[in-house]
Amino acid sequence: MDSKLKTALFDYCTALGDDSVVLGHRLSEWCRNGPFLEEDLALTNVSLDFIGRARMFYSYATELEDKGRSEDDIAYLRDCREYRNLLINELPNGDFAFTMARQFLVDVYDMGFFTELAQSKDPMLAAIAAKAIKESRYHLRRSEDWIKRLGEGTEESHERIQNAFKQLWGYWPEMFEVSDDEQQLLNAGIAVDRSRLKSNWESTVHAVLKEATLDIPAENWAIGGGRDGKHTEYLGFLLAEMQFLQRTYPGQQW
Amino acid sequence: MTQQVLPLFEIFIRSKRGLDHRHVGSLHAEDSVQALEYARDVYLRRTEGVSIWVVKSSDITASQESDVESFYDPMDDKPYRHATHYKLPKEVDNM
Repeated sequence: MDSKLKTALFDYCTALGDDSVVLGHRLSEWCRNGPFLEEDLALTNVSLDFIGRARMFYSYATELEDKGRSEDDIAYLRDCREYRNLLINELPNGDFAFTMARQFLVDVYDMGFFTELAQSKDPMLAAIAAKAIKESRYHLRRSEDWIKRLGEGTEESHERIQNAFKQLWGYWPEMFEVSDDEQQLLNAGIAVDRSRLKSNWESTVHAVLKEATLDIPAENWAIGGGRDGKHTEYLGFLLAEMQFLQRTYPGQQW
Repeated sequence: MTQQVLPLFEIFIRSKRGLDHRHVGSLHAEDSVQALEYARDVYLRRTEGVSIWVVKSSDITASQESDVESFYDPMDDKPYRHATHYKLPKEVDNM
């Protein structure tokens, strides 16, 4: 593999790891704050799936890089601008409806994305994807279920979930924007053409919203930049909490 | 926020193919579909099983403490219902 492609692949892996670790951290914030015990356990289980996924991407990235950095270095010692997760993952949890609405949009995306990535010419990415699909299928089962429950639940739950989708609506177009680096890997048969996932994603999301008696938000704003390291104001606070231990006590291990 | 108590479900797990489902505990969920998902998250975190049954606790009819005398005591004096009560001919190796 030539070095330019290798660098692009390193960036690709860290970006995918960033998506996972940031959302995993957000979900971990529900630990002991869940609406009831069973849901608390379920949410943190999902959180651990995402953190595990991040570890796989990061450790593959450090292997590619071969500079002696560890997966912890990648997760805990990079600042905001070096993080390249999609913005939707870093948004604060909001209420339970917001967390589940975000989860649902991401889960539908992940199902499409990892199904494609499992066909990657890079065997390691294909293997990570194959494992991730199984997890995402379960995540989606849960989040889809909640969208319907909240949509068809009480007046308050309906209003909250409807409102959550409205607030999130400008963040999904970013999921389908292909960056220049990605294009290079795409040509090599390694990356996934995310722009091609959009129509399936839309039809699945629309169908579930409809079944949940929710309106498709009419928002026409969209924001992106996560893959270029341009973030919302929230990521800095998230990283401050997530990274504080490693930065205060460098090299600490479990 | 109104605090609502969700129905209770009893959880049964088959740990291996060929074994019976065993009662492992209970949990709260809105319905059986959700109970199945929570059972996975609450009781199968360490790959303890290959199959789950969930049953609404209120659907279980259980014998009562007051039934003990009439239900179980009459069996105490009927040793002939145990295989060990019978002397086997020598020719029978295993029973």
